[in-house]
This record gives sequence, C-alpha cells and structure tokens, in this order.
Amino acid sequence: MEQPDKELHQLNWPLVWAGYKQLVPLSTLVIAFGAAFGLAASQTGISDPLILAMSTLVFAGASQFAALELWGPEAPLFTILITVFAINARHLLMGATLYPWLRHLPPGKRYGTMLLASDANWALAMQAFSRGQPGLGLLLGGGLTLWSFWIVGTWAGIYFGSAIQDPKSLGLDMVMGCFLLAMVVGGEKNLRMLLIWIVAAAASLLAFWYLPENSHVVVGALAGGIAGLIIREQKHEH
Amino acid sequence: MNIETTGFGALLIILLMALVTLATRWGGVFVMSYVPISYRVKQFINAMSGSVLVAILTPMAISGDNGARLALLVTAVVTLLLKKPLPAILAGILTAALWRYF
Repeated sequence: MEQPDKELHQLNWPLVWAGYKQLVPLSTLVIAFGAAFGLAASQTGISDPLILAMSTLVFAGASQFAALELWGPEAPLFTILITVFAINARHLLMGATLYPWLRHLPPGKRYGTMLLASDANWALAMQAFSRGQPGLGLLLGGGLTLWSFWIVGTWAGIYFGSAIQDPKSLGLDMVMGCFLLAMVVGGEKNLRMLLIWIVAAAASLLAFWYLPENSHVVVGALAGGIAGLIIREQKHEH
Repeated sequence: MNIETTGFGALLIILLMALVTLATRWGGVFVMSYVPISYRVKQFINAMSGSVLVAILTPMAISGDNGARLALLVTAVVTLLLKKPLPAILAGILTAALWRYF
C-alpha cells in the first residue's frame, strides 16, 4: 500500500546526495551529448563563454540544438523563443505531475527544486513515488548531476570536440530514448495503463505528423491524461 | 525581429531562452497551485505522467532508423528480463552502435 503523500515529500541532504549519485552513470553518457553540442555551437561561430552560458542557464539539450539551427549573423529572436517554448512545454506537464508532492514544500524549496527538472530525473522521481518512496531528492540531486555533467560535456566539446565527431554512430543519440523506455517498461503495468499509453501514442503520432512541430509530446500527454479520467481505475487496485 | 548575434545580442538571446525554459519548469507547478487536488485530478496526473514518456518515445521509434528501433526493442526486453534500467540502457545503446557499424 502506498504511503501517505505527506511522508513522500521529504527533501533533505541525504536524499539529495543519494539522488546525485544515482544519476552519475546516466550523466556520464550525457557528457557525450554535451560535447556534441559544444562542438556544434563552436562551429556555428558562437564564442566559447556564451556556449557555456547557454548550457549553464538553459540546461535543455533539444532546445539548445534547435537554437543552433536558427542561429546566424542575425538570429530570428521570436522564432527561437517560440521553438524553445514548444520543445520545453512538456516541463509544464512534468511540473503538474509532481505537484501533489511539491505542494507540501515551502515555495522557495518548491521552485528551487524545479530549476533542474529534466526528463531523466523527473522520470526517476515519478517512478520512486509510484513505489511509495521519496522522489524529490532524485529530482534535485539527479538534476544537479545531469546539469553539472552537461556543462562539463559542453566544455569538453568546445576544446576537444574533434574526438567525438559523431555520437550517433556510437548509438549515443539513443541514450535518452532507451532510458525513458526503461522507465516506462519498468513501471506499473496493467490493462488500464496500456490503454492509456495506446491513446497517448496514437495522439502523439497524429500530432507529430499533422500538428505544428514539437507539439506531439504535449498533445500525447494530455490525451493520455484525459484517457485516464475516462478509463476509471478499478477499486480493488488501490 | 532579427537580432545581431555579434556582441550583446547573443547574450540577450541566451538569457531570454533561459527565461522561457524557466517559465516551463515553473509554470506547471504554479498553475497546479490553483487547482484543488481531487481524486479525478490525481487520476489525470497519474495517467499523464506515463503518457509524457510514451509521447516522447513513439515518434522517436517511428521516425528513427532501424538502429534506433532495435535499440528501443532491446531496451524493453532487457528491462522486462532483468528489472534493472542501467544494463537495459547500455544494451540498447550497444545495439544501435553495432547496427550502424555493420
């Protein structure tokens, strides 16, 4: 049986440190992507300090790469910002899913913890909560790991980039995809959940093909959420 | 509007990107603070959390190359067999690398 929400919202230094350590293996792989970004950014002509500033301040890999594609001697500011928002809109939903536990924290801790939210540490936190364990240490501690390794990777790409010419040929572009899939497959599985995922998958594909670019994650997630409202949880599963 | 990326313009773009990203990280939590956490809201949130992952992965599987699809397949199988994510992820990445190498 799941513990009361109140016990799961704990956030203290041992939990943060445990979260930090738990994300080290995955973050090591993230270095390669930081390096790929650092290399691509330096080839775009951005100065080294600004490349590091982007990785430090934005900490959102997909949108950083997208900004590079739009970069030039003159950059279309609104297009870049709209693209960044669209790619990162899933963070809105991630924050919403964490709210049942974040709400017990004072605002400073609540928003401080969310500063470093990204796919990997959010997925691990949600998995911990579903197992009845505190997850916010994973969110903050794991976020610190991912963030610091992302910056180190970017720096490595700027200065040693030629050593990692093509992370895709090494399969490294699949790091996050494989990680997220392991989270899905390793989590709760029942008929209701499978039906919800089918709805989410179908909706995200339709959005991917027919709706504006980068909208598929938000559309798929909202469709899955609505399916969850419609497909009621059976009482005996509590 | 276009912005010169020599000098101060580039820094301005980066700072604005950071603010937009921060708005997405904080926005969901902020909005939810005005929504009462009823049973139905919890059901929606619970369903949505897994759906985010599925919504990221499905187009990736469809639009990726066979190396990507094989990587995801191997990851799923190894996760089910071993119940440990890290070996499954490494197996998936190795699969993609081998497929693309040969």
